Amino acid sequence: MSRRFTPKIVTANLLREGDVVYLTADDRWSPLHHEAELIEDEAHAQMRLLHAAAQKLLVVGAYLADAKPGPQGPEPTHFREEFRTRGPSNYNHGKQADLAH
Amino acid sequence: MYSYSDFDEAFVRARVAQFTQQVERRLDGSLTEEEFRPLRLMNGLYLQLHAYMLRVAIPYGSLNPGQMRQLAYIADTWDKGYGHFTTRQNIQFNWPKLPDVPAILGALADVEMHAIQTSGNCVRNVTADHFAGAAADEIADPRPYAELLRQWSTDHPEFQFLPRKFKIAITGAPNDRAVTRAHDIGLRMVRNAAGEPGFEVMVGGGLGRTPMIGVTVREFLPEADLLPYVEAVLSVYNTLGRRDNKYKARIKITVHETGAEEITRMIEARFAELRPLFGGNDQKLLADIREAFAPPAFRNAPVDAYDAFYAADPVFRAWADTNLTAHRNAQYAIVTISLKAHGETPGDATSTQMRLMADLAEKYGHSDLRISHEQNVILPHVHKSDLPTLHAALTQAGLGTANVGLLSDIIACPGMDYCSLATARSIPVAQELATHFEALKLEHEIGPLKIKISGCINACGHHHVGHIGILGLDRAGVENYQITLGGDGTEDAVIGEKTGPGFAYTEIVPAIERILRAYLALRLEPSETFLQAFKRVGMDPFKVALYQSEGAQDAA
Repeated sequence: MSRRFTPKIVTANLLREGDVVYLTADDRWSPLHHEAELIEDEAHAQMRLLHAAAQKLLVVGAYLADAKPGPQGPEPTHFREEFRTRGPSNYNHGKQADLAH
Repeated sequence: MYSYSDFDEAFVRARVAQFTQQVERRLDGSLTEEEFRPLRLMNGLYLQLHAYMLRVAIPYGSLNPGQMRQLAYIADTWDKGYGHFTTRQNIQFNWPKLPDVPAILGALADVEMHAIQTSGNCVRNVTADHFAGAAADEIADPRPYAELLRQWSTDHPEFQFLPRKFKIAITGAPNDRAVTRAHDIGLRMVRNAAGEPGFEVMVGGGLGRTPMIGVTVREFLPEADLLPYVEAVLSVYNTLGRRDNKYKARIKITVHETGAEEITRMIEARFAELRPLFGGNDQKLLADIREAFAPPAFRNAPVDAYDAFYAADPVFRAWADTNLTAHRNAQYAIVTISLKAHGETPGDATSTQMRLMADLAEKYGHSDLRISHEQNVILPHVHKSDLPTLHAALTQAGLGTANVGLLSDIIACPGMDYCSLATARSIPVAQELATHFEALKLEHEIGPLKIKISGCINACGHHHVGHIGILGLDRAGVENYQITLGGDGTEDAVIGEKTGPGFAYTEIVPAIERILRAYLALRLEPSETFLQAFKRVGMDPFKVALYQSEGAQDAA
């Protein structure tokens, strides 16, 4: 019996900086979750994960995280992934500071 | 304080050089992440949620001012201007970048510090009573023994690949301020019938997913037998420990599965083999180490100024009442500097605060600083006449909070704000509890209370031994907080009892308030502490307050 596939994005941390990044459809690593490629097909997800894991000089610990479509692009569905999009709640550090204009 | 020997210096420098090359090889692709990961962990470098994290050992919680200033320098140069002191007397930097880590380790080596064995399945940083060498109730200073254990366990070839990590805590006083009963080995100094000092040896304590209180395997171990005996415990564990299952690999499970009597027998048998191999060099070394921990030259001066200030200034008096502890020298006091200002992150200090504490330690504290497992900083030796000036300087830097031992003196792990293992946040819960009760002005009325918060089952926040413990979990994709009551981390160690269903993030502070209002209503007199009241009345009245009052429908 087949289950419905929950859409995924590929995420990892940059090897040098440790920053959270997301794999885009055009093979970039973006700091923005909504720029990630939203993957709706399980086989494609595995292919993209392999592609990410092969970039050993760029990223560490690539994995597939659940996501859902949103008006700007993919959005996280779990609070852990939501925290990863912005940084810690006790200081204005991480993405919430780095990406603020 | 102990200074590195040539051997220590060469060892730490060699490790920095080695890791520098390993980082280079990782960055140029010669090492894969799978190959590099165990190497970086051996040097305290983790990859967390948002960044790398470097965990630096502060052996038995002791720092000199130069070391504290260097931590501030590292925070400013390679991190975001602060550091986080942990329940294992370590400091964690939350934002280092991988190419900078060799330079950070070099800067640490410059002040005789390192990050070795702060991760991995080896003997971790040996922790000790943060009042060591100062406490009025102490039999002997535990730091020389802790230093001996540090030297013995560092790079010990037999114990680099244990079944799981291994934590040793030691206290030189009968009153246990080092949570020794919740460690793989707990050492508590006692005297035998002849009045000689030695150790009660407890094995198999630990928190985490299977919390257990350590069992006493030796009521009295002569101090000369310390190393062979600890080696015997490690040796038995190294053979018996479950390498097949990570969750059953700690020595607490080994003790549980083998039985206290049988494991005691095995330890004693191994000890009988090992004892003759220790020919006395360990004792010579201990004697040398002990000299390095000679007490400071205490000043003999009047304390009238302190008494007068205490009587005259209510703000100073409030601070003195909560943040000072009796020193063995009646003219002196042990000062606990609270890193728990209401609304701030428990255990965090900015580089400015670190530098100020270093300056104050130099000026007023015989150049001695300690980090407590409760995530505060201690000046163990301050002459009472200096306390008013010291307090004024601390207050100006946001370090004068008078809350040690009270509700807002909360232990909190980094939780899901930083940690990749966490299942929920801890820091904002601690912040909100502190500010909420500060606004209600109830903290002093409630009195002595230890709240401890962990953001996952691994229990870095010691929630099991909190008078009120809070455990953050992920329940179906939502943060949920389970409460335990009646835990105790002292010599009367007890694991807290779960109250029942947990509470949502927005409901946990009101839930704690219901517990504490119930306590205020049922205590016999103001001097009956929360823990005493809990021991007297048990769980039921608190359950009623938690689940049968308004808001109960929100309980998940």
